[in-house]
Amino acid sequence: MKLPEAAGLLLAFVARLITGAQGHWYGCPPKAEQRIYFANHQSHFDWVLIWAALPHDLRSATRPIAAREYWTATPLRHWITREVFNAVYVSRERSAEEDPLDPLMEALDHGDSLVIFPEGTRGHGSEPAPFKSGLHALALAFPQVHLIPAWIDNVQRVMPKGEVVPVPILCTVTFGAPVALQPGEERRAFLDRARLAVIALRHVR
Amino acid sequence: MDSLRSLAVEQQVALLFVTLFGLLTLTTLLALGRSLREREAAQQVRYERFRRDLRAVWTGAALFWIAWASGALVSTLLFGVLSFLALREFVTLTHTRRGDHRSLLLAFFVVLPVQYVLAATRLFNVFTVFIPVYVFLAIPVVSAFGNDPNRFLERTAKIQWGIMVCVYGMSHAPALLLLDLPGHAGRGAFLVLYLVLVVAAAQLAQEAASRRLRRRPVARAISRSFSWRAWGVGLAAGAAAGAALYWSTPFDPATALALGLVAGGAGTLGEFVMKALKRDAGVRSWSGKPSVTGAVGLLDRTAPLCFAAPVFFHSVRWHFGV
Repeated sequence: MKLPEAAGLLLAFVARLITGAQGHWYGCPPKAEQRIYFANHQSHFDWVLIWAALPHDLRSATRPIAAREYWTATPLRHWITREVFNAVYVSRERSAEEDPLDPLMEALDHGDSLVIFPEGTRGHGSEPAPFKSGLHALALAFPQVHLIPAWIDNVQRVMPKGEVVPVPILCTVTFGAPVALQPGEERRAFLDRARLAVIALRHVR
Repeated sequence: MDSLRSLAVEQQVALLFVTLFGLLTLTTLLALGRSLREREAAQQVRYERFRRDLRAVWTGAALFWIAWASGALVSTLLFGVLSFLALREFVTLTHTRRGDHRSLLLAFFVVLPVQYVLAATRLFNVFTVFIPVYVFLAIPVVSAFGNDPNRFLERTAKIQWGIMVCVYGMSHAPALLLLDLPGHAGRGAFLVLYLVLVVAAAQLAQEAASRRLRRRPVARAISRSFSWRAWGVGLAAGAAAGAALYWSTPFDPATALALGLVAGGAGTLGEFVMKALKRDAGVRSWSGKPSVTGAVGLLDRTAPLCFAAPVFFHSVRWHFGV
């Protein structure tokens, strides 16, 4: 076993020890097909939680999005995102010649699955903020990729903003039924529908 | 019985484990044999529940054996991990706020390890007062530094209650294992087994009695099955089990009976209290299906032990004057 793989297993173990990281597959089974998981975003811990909730085989083919400026700033951050998580780097600053979605499109062209947080930033309230348009663009460009909504519960209690050490509290990730872009559907209507699909998973028992 | 008492400690321990695992194997084989027969839906449900309970008993017995075979360090570690998982479940079910973050960190990463280190090193005098005296002050102090007066008493009380049940209560199980009574060194495993069997007997008898007797429940909103008469049956079963096991303990039959009464009563009442807590948290059923928070019922299963262990431990120490 190589070092990144071992580090990944250790991280998943710690995440499970602290949060339980239970995945509830409510609307779809865990399956090795190309998918975009989209979820509510409340904490830095969200990605690790989804990743730990996935079955082991699916983890290597499922990639997070990382802000290039922050996650390549130190060697350790760069190593973790590159070697362990195989992250897709995105620039925060928008330049004229480059579309920020290009790296995501490239990863999807390779056949990888992605995890995205369409709110853009971490939310404060109990409801997720309106979704940004990236999800729509990806759905339009890759109609064959399944879009899976996910609701992450309780994670804001594990590590509130500004704290460094997580408190052990059980969290769950509920995965819902795939949402597909209807022919001729408006962008805003689709994004609102996707957001409601995420919120609906909160009350699933 | 006297021939059993005259055996050496090691022989008694060996006999104990052979009996325990023999009985379990027998029960499992019988259950397997019965599972081959066709059943109706209601029987199927009952069988599923029985199988789940049997699996829990197997896990418990295996843990107990590992704890005994691997000595003080590993057994304390094992119960420490169990305590951690139970406290994690407890905190999930209570509503804590952002200001509690530091006190929760204190509970999980300082109080819990220190309590188990105290148990492992047999510093029972400090072990007994560490949480009720020192942590009792430390938690609200740290919470107050969190700068959030909103529902302060409620939040602090909940954290302290969780620590008392999940850490303080549970830590008395390894403490019993390590307790050396004068003239009875190395017999801690029997004390733990005595406690577990007595509490289990009391619980089972109470459950069976409440199903048969159909008395008026004492507190309908909390438990539909808890009635005074059923509880009395459970208490009697606990005392009887305690008296029947007296040969394995350092007690005389009368003391064994009294301690069985105490431990059985504390265990069944502890379970009752946990039911109230469940209702408060809005959890309908813990055992089996995980709820949305992922709480899977560890707290539910260990609660009777968490409540009975300290009561039993201190009764024993008081009785022997150590």
